[in-house]
Amino acid sequence: MVKEKELQQKQPMPPIATWFPPVALGWLIPGGGHFLLKRNGRGALLLVAVTSMFLFGLMMQGAMFQPQSGDLLTTLINTGGFIGDICSGILYLLSVCFGYNQVDVAGHVHDYGTKFLVTAGLLNILAMVDAYEIAAGRKD
Amino acid sequence: MPKVNLSHFEAAFLFSLFASVVMGVVTKRTDRDRLHYGLYTFGCFLLALFGLGWLMYLGHG
Repeated sequence: MVKEKELQQKQPMPPIATWFPPVALGWLIPGGGHFLLKRNGRGALLLVAVTSMFLFGLMMQGAMFQPQSGDLLTTLINTGGFIGDICSGILYLLSVCFGYNQVDVAGHVHDYGTKFLVTAGLLNILAMVDAYEIAAGRKD
Repeated sequence: MPKVNLSHFEAAFLFSLFASVVMGVVTKRTDRDRLHYGLYTFGCFLLALFGLGWLMYLGHG
């Protein structure tokens, strides 16, 4: 068990040309990396799940984070939230481009919406890591 | 953009559903394991949802 973990840790980094295109496409279009790697079923599930979560977040009038400095907690929440938001790729870019980013409003629905928007990006990071592992040959 | 007004339960249910799908898809190595893990995660989310709901209800007095 320990040896297996050591072996996994010692695996060399694969060449960037093998993993960068699926990871980049996976960032831009949720599930795109899986489509590029011919994992169409899984790619479709990821696309539907991440996109639906993001769209529900928008329809619940969730707020998009902007990086802000100040005390530690403010910086952490806003910068972390912003990173979560931009990880949704084209969904984030289009919603900002078309003016769907909204200011923070009080209310449980809006609060859920904000969390949906950030979580969609975080789930997309999981999908990108999965695409990386498939491209690197560490996973089927 | 249409607006939706969901209750706490509906929003948490949708959150659980989408998160479980992604976690099921990316975690395991076979389709069977992925399905099992997705359902397991979804069950855990719902358990936590109802458990915390009752805890808050009882704690509120």
